[in-house]
Amino acid sequence: MLGEKEGMDINYVAHLARIDLTEEETTLFQGQLEQVLHYVEQLDEIDVSGVEPTAHAFPVYNILRKDEMGQSLGHSAVIANAPAASDGEIRVPKIIDQ
Amino acid sequence: MDDLHKLTITELSEKLAAGGCTSVGIVKDVLAVIDANDGKVGAYLTVDRDSALEQARAADVARAAGVTSPLLGIPIAIKDLLNVKGQPCTCSSKILEGYIAPYDATVIAKLREVGAVLLGRVNMDEFAMGSSTENSALGKTHNPWNLGHVPGGSSGGSAACVVADEAIASLGSDTGGSIRQPAAFCGCVGVKPTYGRVSRYGLTAFASSLDQIGPLTKTVKDSAILLETLCGHDKLDSSSIEMDVPTFSENLTSDTSLVGMKLGLPKEYFVKGMDSEVEKAVRDAVEHCKSLGAEIIDVSLPHSKYAIAVYYIIATAEASANLARFDGIRYGLRIDGKDPLELYKKTRAAGFGSEVKRRIILGTYVLSSGYYDAYYKRAQKVRTLIRNDFTEVFKQCDAILAPVTPTPAYKLGEKTNDPLEMYLDDILTTPTNLAGNCALSLPCGFSSGGLPIGLQIIGDSFDEQTILKVGHAYEQTTKWHKQKPEL
Repeated sequence: MLGEKEGMDINYVAHLARIDLTEEETTLFQGQLEQVLHYVEQLDEIDVSGVEPTAHAFPVYNILRKDEMGQSLGHSAVIANAPAASDGEIRVPKIIDQ
Repeated sequence: MDDLHKLTITELSEKLAAGGCTSVGIVKDVLAVIDANDGKVGAYLTVDRDSALEQARAADVARAAGVTSPLLGIPIAIKDLLNVKGQPCTCSSKILEGYIAPYDATVIAKLREVGAVLLGRVNMDEFAMGSSTENSALGKTHNPWNLGHVPGGSSGGSAACVVADEAIASLGSDTGGSIRQPAAFCGCVGVKPTYGRVSRYGLTAFASSLDQIGPLTKTVKDSAILLETLCGHDKLDSSSIEMDVPTFSENLTSDTSLVGMKLGLPKEYFVKGMDSEVEKAVRDAVEHCKSLGAEIIDVSLPHSKYAIAVYYIIATAEASANLARFDGIRYGLRIDGKDPLELYKKTRAAGFGSEVKRRIILGTYVLSSGYYDAYYKRAQKVRTLIRNDFTEVFKQCDAILAPVTPTPAYKLGEKTNDPLEMYLDDILTTPTNLAGNCALSLPCGFSSGGLPIGLQIIGDSFDEQTILKVGHAYEQTTKWHKQKPEL
């Protein structure tokens, strides 16, 4: 399982993260992150067989509430923060080609 | 200018109750200190001058009508990642340009309820990612003890403003040490409550399984007062735990005896490369606790050395998911593109600073197909081992004494080129976030260069009372917390 770690394809990961990187950033981050990844490889030396993963320090499950209407932010309060809006709706670039 | 800004919450609250001053007087006095000193310190992003005075007047009116609360009329600064209705919430990032909070975070609503005065918002590392506040896109904050040094981070503004008397207290957040480390670097008290103690509703999430909001104050008792208000279950944050909140401050008495208290000293926390003055100050503090009657025992937290590796996998993974919401669509900065994908990429490229990009990319990578098991899942398993270490140790002792940081505050610019080197400084604070238990930092000395040194008191989950008690006893019998920087 652990033999699979090869170099990070930083441009692909940046695409997944939806961030454009400059060439300078690509080179800089590549070096810095490889150093970090090399550092975290020390975790491979620990035997974790049979150990349960911890996702939260104090796991709480299935917090449910009654299915009732509650208070929420008004429409105009939400739209007020949109960088582009018209007619009470948020404007975005065209998503679907006709 | 009166000297009201120099006083603590406890002192001001008594003075207010006795009619010795007004909230308006306190706020005016603190605003004058901000005007005089913040040009040098750079703690504030925005001071809500008019609003603060208005809140102070309302507090004075409420007091005249018979309302009492230890926080009534006390001016408090807020780390700029908490939503304060009607105010910006920048997270010290360009990507939140133009955003105005449409609601109050639960902790802000609670402060308003008891009549505290919200003074303004203070600087931090962008999205709380950093240990020196140098990752802020909006300005530099300086250590009040030596302006050429960092205040620590990510709650650097929260610590600097309290120490510079530019606020009576402040709120910060701690994901891997972001309250305790700046408190140690600047010389004030900072508490990271147990995970689940304080609602995070309205806190801009960095790493949701680690983040906690907490106070930064001049004394342990002041932190206890703030915690009483901040803690408690909130239906708007499902991770907050339903559990009674003790009246922490009332349980802190003038009795400074620690007889019957067992304090553990973890050998793994006196790390290689630790500054000798830090080690000496902390060991002296341990001796001091012994002289107050505590029994000191050696304990071991054997997986501590893996905490940084685990932390930087889990925190970045969670951050990569949490920060996906900053996409230029619904709020904040937008750089247009021909389609949504181009818009996202351009907006995030322009809006995020280097450290945030680096961490999002690392977090995306460790969660990506083919690497999830090797990095993320393995880190979560080692997290269990780190948590088990604490469970074992708290069977043997009531609290743990340790340093907060391996060195005092370093110079501005000293570590900005090497992210890994800066990450390694979090070695003594991240284990507590991973395990979820509570810890506080308080002043225990100064370096020969005149920079503060912090003592960390780590407690079992939901046992804030014990660490407050130990801290209070130490503070009552030492004078470090009374020292003030010359500005």
